[in-house]
Amino acid sequence: MGGRGVVVTGIGVVAPGGLGAEQFWDLLASGRTATRRVSSFDPSSYRSQVAAEVDFFPEREGLSPQEIRRMDRFAQFAVVAAREAVQDSGLDLTGHDPGRVGVSVGSATGATLTLEREYAATSDAGRLWEVDPTYAHPFLHLSWVPSSVAAEVAWVVGAEGPAGVISTGCTSGLDAVTHGAALVAEGSADVVLTGASDAPISPITLACFDAIRATTPNNDAPSTASRPFDRDRSGFVLGEGGAMFVLEEKESALARGATIYCEIAGYATRSNAYHMTGLKSDGLDMAEAIRTAMDEARVNVDGIDYVNAHGSSTKQNDIHETAAFKTVLGEHAYTTPVSSIKSMVGHSLGGIGSIELAACGLAMRENVIPPTANLSVPDPECDLDYVPRTARESTLNTVLSVGSGFGGFQTAVILTRVGERS
Amino acid sequence: MNAVITGLGVLAPNGLDTEEYWKATLEGRSGLVSVEGVAPSPTPVSVAGRLPDYSPDDSTPARLRIQTDRWTQMGLLCTEEALGDADLDLSGLDPYECGVITASASGGNLFVQKEIQNLYAKGPATVTAYQSIAWFYAATTGQISIRHGLKGPCGVLVSEQAGGLDVLGEARRALRKGSKMIVSGGLEAPIGPYALTCQSSDPRLSAVSDPHRAYLPFDRAASGHIPGEGGAILIIEDADSARERAAPRVYGEIAGGAATFDPRPDSGRPPGLARAVRVALEAADLSPDMVDVVFADGAGTVEGDRQEAEALVEVFGPRGVPITCPKTMVGRLYAGGASLDAATALLALRDQVVPPTIGVTDPIHDGLDLVLGAPREARLRTALILARGIGGFNSAVVLRREG
Repeated sequence: MGGRGVVVTGIGVVAPGGLGAEQFWDLLASGRTATRRVSSFDPSSYRSQVAAEVDFFPEREGLSPQEIRRMDRFAQFAVVAAREAVQDSGLDLTGHDPGRVGVSVGSATGATLTLEREYAATSDAGRLWEVDPTYAHPFLHLSWVPSSVAAEVAWVVGAEGPAGVISTGCTSGLDAVTHGAALVAEGSADVVLTGASDAPISPITLACFDAIRATTPNNDAPSTASRPFDRDRSGFVLGEGGAMFVLEEKESALARGATIYCEIAGYATRSNAYHMTGLKSDGLDMAEAIRTAMDEARVNVDGIDYVNAHGSSTKQNDIHETAAFKTVLGEHAYTTPVSSIKSMVGHSLGGIGSIELAACGLAMRENVIPPTANLSVPDPECDLDYVPRTARESTLNTVLSVGSGFGGFQTAVILTRVGERS
Repeated sequence: MNAVITGLGVLAPNGLDTEEYWKATLEGRSGLVSVEGVAPSPTPVSVAGRLPDYSPDDSTPARLRIQTDRWTQMGLLCTEEALGDADLDLSGLDPYECGVITASASGGNLFVQKEIQNLYAKGPATVTAYQSIAWFYAATTGQISIRHGLKGPCGVLVSEQAGGLDVLGEARRALRKGSKMIVSGGLEAPIGPYALTCQSSDPRLSAVSDPHRAYLPFDRAASGHIPGEGGAILIIEDADSARERAAPRVYGEIAGGAATFDPRPDSGRPPGLARAVRVALEAADLSPDMVDVVFADGAGTVEGDRQEAEALVEVFGPRGVPITCPKTMVGRLYAGGASLDAATALLALRDQVVPPTIGVTDPIHDGLDLVLGAPREARLRTALILARGIGGFNSAVVLRREG
């Protein structure tokens, strides 16, 4: 990146099947899946009835009764993950200038659960157009603006530097972290608490993805319903969750002897300017994002040890990104391992980009590539090494993570091991 | 690398394009009107800033109309005006070097209410395919990018009112990374039964029903704020490329900016606004005495106004700089409001006149040189714009015209 080096020194995760980074990594490394029939409400009237839910009990995760009342579920995820990340980093912020600590949180759908629940109450289940505010929750205004999550995260450490929410749909989780990294690189902050969270599993979200047939109708086999790159995939599995990170300026992190997961060495976002939901099969715009990020990180086409794919388990995505990898990496695409953890934890919209970055950071620590679960018979058009079903040991010094989302947005992030590259 | 603004597009309650808005603003004409017909029952506010006689249907192609919220339609319309104003021929630019970075505080309010009512009243099968792309906060950026073939960095910032200023800093970051042009700005459409319900729990809202008295920032009679709809789009270009293509005008340069966050409520530490101003001025390499006008955030609440007044006096000294708050004419447009203030500041720099703050007659602080009631002609080279968002977001941007 231009400017100062930026490293990841702390990780916190709230993911389906994985509360806390270690439990999350255990799920990924074992190749188990956390997808199941929706349990938070009766999904029987929906086309897709499968989701990756987090078994989340906020009291058990240390949130106070007032925090629970004030915050939507997505913000609760972010705060719990942020506290874990700070603890993991070992960073002592006492004596640190709070004005040099920033916050950048991503979310695609914000407090959608609260907004829907309060709509149901104030409209009396859709009966009233002129809804009745008398029935509204006393903190509804905080859920109306998803920026509240950045405030909640800032209060975790008393951050007083630049703070905000990045909401670029399904690339939010990558874009929020690269925004945080930019704040450190340019010198606007020395430490940034960053990451993303979404909790979208609700009737309106199921209905809207049903309407465009984006989610899987494979309701008979929920645990194997997310099948990126597989011939029999039939749409994505909606998920929820979040991950947060502590980013620090590289030299000061090294000086304090921090345990460093990786450096954020390059990133780029591009847009296809083509369609809000459709993707061209050529993958050229994602390829442009990848190429730009690699240029910034000074990584060659034979220098990527692992690609954490968007891998949403939709046909158009799998073909789109397979083409993008081939365009950028050429022949090396066939020997570069690619996998999608959405096969295990579903697609939590804006949250997933950060959950995937957490997976990359942990994979680099362990030198293990998480697998693409449920990949039994590859789609003939998907002919790369997708690390099917079983995790693989491999030295990981340079990792690429990509995201693709509604609006046409394409993001690529390059992570490198500190000390292994000059 | 210098980031300059070469085009403006405006939709405001007192003007449906840049020049109409600017004329109304200099004349002190308010766009605050009754919320009758668009409010919940009972309604938390009696008045709001509403776009007069604005039907986005007239300006949005049918294909786009059915898949977009009013907020996105406003963004598309402002972008048309801003690109036209900049006289920008996009066919001559590399699409990967042109991006879109917008701010939204609350997304596609009206669209989501219709769809969710369908869901609850008639069942899931009646939710349309466009719900998935119309309500989320990124919809406007995505649609602008598609409509104009802009394939460069795309961003969406959410920090309530402050987001509308933060986008200018983010656009400048994109230019530093190699982009040539960014469509930037913020829009908001927060007036509708459910959107106003979502604001009803907000203690900052004014319940005063007289449109002339409902929103009086820095006045002893301040009673909270009035929401409004609209905003502005600004075309931000790399100064060299703007010069090379002989852009018809450069309104000004983004000389500096900074964002801060207020301390935790229980910390006893001072709010972060003054620090945002200082850091922004440092970034611009300017001292406070070089600022010619301040466009205040103007919370309209006792506490918010007091904090802002103290920050301004602390940085600039008593009556050290002219201060104005033209949003007294349109209400608080959330993400749209700060972008509109930035556009207003650029028009002030162009015409060397400070637009007035209206309605305020009894200021809370003797140390504020408020431009009240009528515009004030002045030599203006440098403007400071402030925005604050609920929860503790502070943003400050310095805009400067060539001297």
